[in-house]
Amino acid sequence: MLAGMTVRDEHTIPAIVADGLVKRYGETTALAGVDLEVPAGTVFGLLGPNGAGKTTAVRVLATLISPDAGTALIGGYDVRHDSHRVRRLIGLTGQYASVDEMLTGSENLLMIGRLLGLSRPQARQRARELLAEFRLSDSADRPAKTYSGGMRRRLDLAASLVGRPRLLFLDEPTTGLDPRSRNEMWEVVRDLVGVHGVTVLLTTQYLEEADQLADDIAVFDHGRIIAQGSPEELKRQTGAQTLAVRPATETDLALVVSTVAAVVGADPEVTGTLVSARVTDPAALPAVVRRLDDAGVTVGEITLRSSSLDEVFLALTGHPADEEAAANGGHPAAATGGPSEDDAHSSTHDDDDPAARIPAATRS
Amino acid sequence: MSTLTAALPESSTHREVWPDPGPARVGPLETLRHVRTLAWRNLVQVKHNPMELIDFSVQPLMFLLLFTYVFGGAIAGSTSDYLTFALPGLIVQNTLFTTLNTGTGLNTDLTKGVFDRLRSLPIARSAPLAGRILADLAKQVWAIGILLGLGYILGFRIETGPLQAVAAVGLVVLFALCASWIAVLVGMLVSEPEKVMVFGFTLIFPLTFVSNVFVQTSTMPGWLQAVVKVNPVTSLADATRGLFVGGPVLNPTWHVLVWGVVLVSVFAPLAVRAFRRRV
Repeated sequence: MLAGMTVRDEHTIPAIVADGLVKRYGETTALAGVDLEVPAGTVFGLLGPNGAGKTTAVRVLATLISPDAGTALIGGYDVRHDSHRVRRLIGLTGQYASVDEMLTGSENLLMIGRLLGLSRPQARQRARELLAEFRLSDSADRPAKTYSGGMRRRLDLAASLVGRPRLLFLDEPTTGLDPRSRNEMWEVVRDLVGVHGVTVLLTTQYLEEADQLADDIAVFDHGRIIAQGSPEELKRQTGAQTLAVRPATETDLALVVSTVAAVVGADPEVTGTLVSARVTDPAALPAVVRRLDDAGVTVGEITLRSSSLDEVFLALTGHPADEEAAANGGHPAAATGGPSEDDAHSSTHDDDDPAARIPAATRS
Repeated sequence: MSTLTAALPESSTHREVWPDPGPARVGPLETLRHVRTLAWRNLVQVKHNPMELIDFSVQPLMFLLLFTYVFGGAIAGSTSDYLTFALPGLIVQNTLFTTLNTGTGLNTDLTKGVFDRLRSLPIARSAPLAGRILADLAKQVWAIGILLGLGYILGFRIETGPLQAVAAVGLVVLFALCASWIAVLVGMLVSEPEKVMVFGFTLIFPLTFVSNVFVQTSTMPGWLQAVVKVNPVTSLADATRGLFVGGPVLNPTWHVLVWGVVLVSVFAPLAVRAFRRRV
């Protein structure tokens, strides 16, 4: 085993190596054989709906639960047999690891500093630094229960950074945050990786988030990884965006269908007068506009939006993502809900829209 | 939040990819420090939640006043005689009942995710539980002090000696420590903190009443006397009375210690198993 060797070449040791991880809860199989390798200094995204096994994977890797089968090494140390050392290297934040609401922001960080072996003045100093970094200095002496959702999330993240971890687990870090807080969180993650060389493993239900942050993504379904690769590779595989065109007059429908088919290279779906197709090339939109214009077709509506996780799922698995959540509803990790704040990701969308979970932001 | 200069490893020029994570186990001194820090955390919570202070200070005082002045005359003929009889019992009853707070606090930590955060830290595995119990013991000793203080004002006197009085408090706290494994088990099993108290009022509350805490055993029907006599709460009340105001000590103390061992050996493994299932 790597940990037992006298010479450890640090730069070649991956942050995470998981091999055949299995975790069962009674009848439910939360992890059905997961293999992962995450190189140090990268961001790895676990993407999937509720109950797909993402959180269970994080809990195993963060030493909170033991796998029923398989092994996992963090920085070369086994999560089962060398868990204390693993805990010295990691930070955990998100849905299921939380701050003490009865304590102030400052006391929360002070407590963790003391637990990690800092002296009282050192722990105070560290708490002050982190509170300042995360713009919480003004609220340092207020109980965390009075914090807003975004502030609490920042305190949560600060708490997981007290020990200067080399590997950070972020379990759905932006679920329930407003767009501004979400963008802030993204900036922090980029900074941690880019400036400080931290490795980040994040779970998310949002394709856009994984796309924005992750170097590599593993898509979870039924406790298995069903697809893995860079965001670009996955997009090529599934069609990352959906182009939808509605002609102003119904008589132009056939012409629109044939134009979209010609540009995209596949038969589009037609719902009423709405013609939609998954596209991988952003140039498809201007191409369709140009051709329809040349043909003298008046367009009533044209949109290019990100594929939702549901659509990626459908493309990868052939079944909608919602079935997963229902199937794994009894899983303990799926049973407790996250903080119930305004979900900015869905509040701006129609609930009936399959894209509702993912903001249709334009990407670079 | 432009760049997190302070947030992470000091200097990127001297950055280690995987710094030496140190020893594989937590030493005993370190464990004590973790327990102390987590006990501090549970006590400092009181500062931000004064209602809790009222809960564990005013409630026992209310009981003492009500029982002494409302029932005392009827039960013992005079309020001062009753105070001598009831105060040691009240101390026992209140201390045992407040062990449930351990379960409530534990369940809050579990449901809110604080427990997961603590378990992801490189600290002694036992520290979160031990810290919680230590803090709860401190609160119980505080409540005992308050009860004795008000008792003194009302006319209660320790008739034995300071050593016996300390032994009485020690015995009550020791048994509470053993009994708190019941609360730990309940805290592991229920889905929300409030349910711990529901359990307490339906099981622990009657259990402390079916004893000689408030009235002499001889005044009860025969079948109930049988229950009262085996109830460890009775033995604990007897031993505490003996140590505070005189009377038999050895026999009830022995009984209490055996029960303490039984409670720990039954409920500690159950609680640990419930915990493993929960996470």
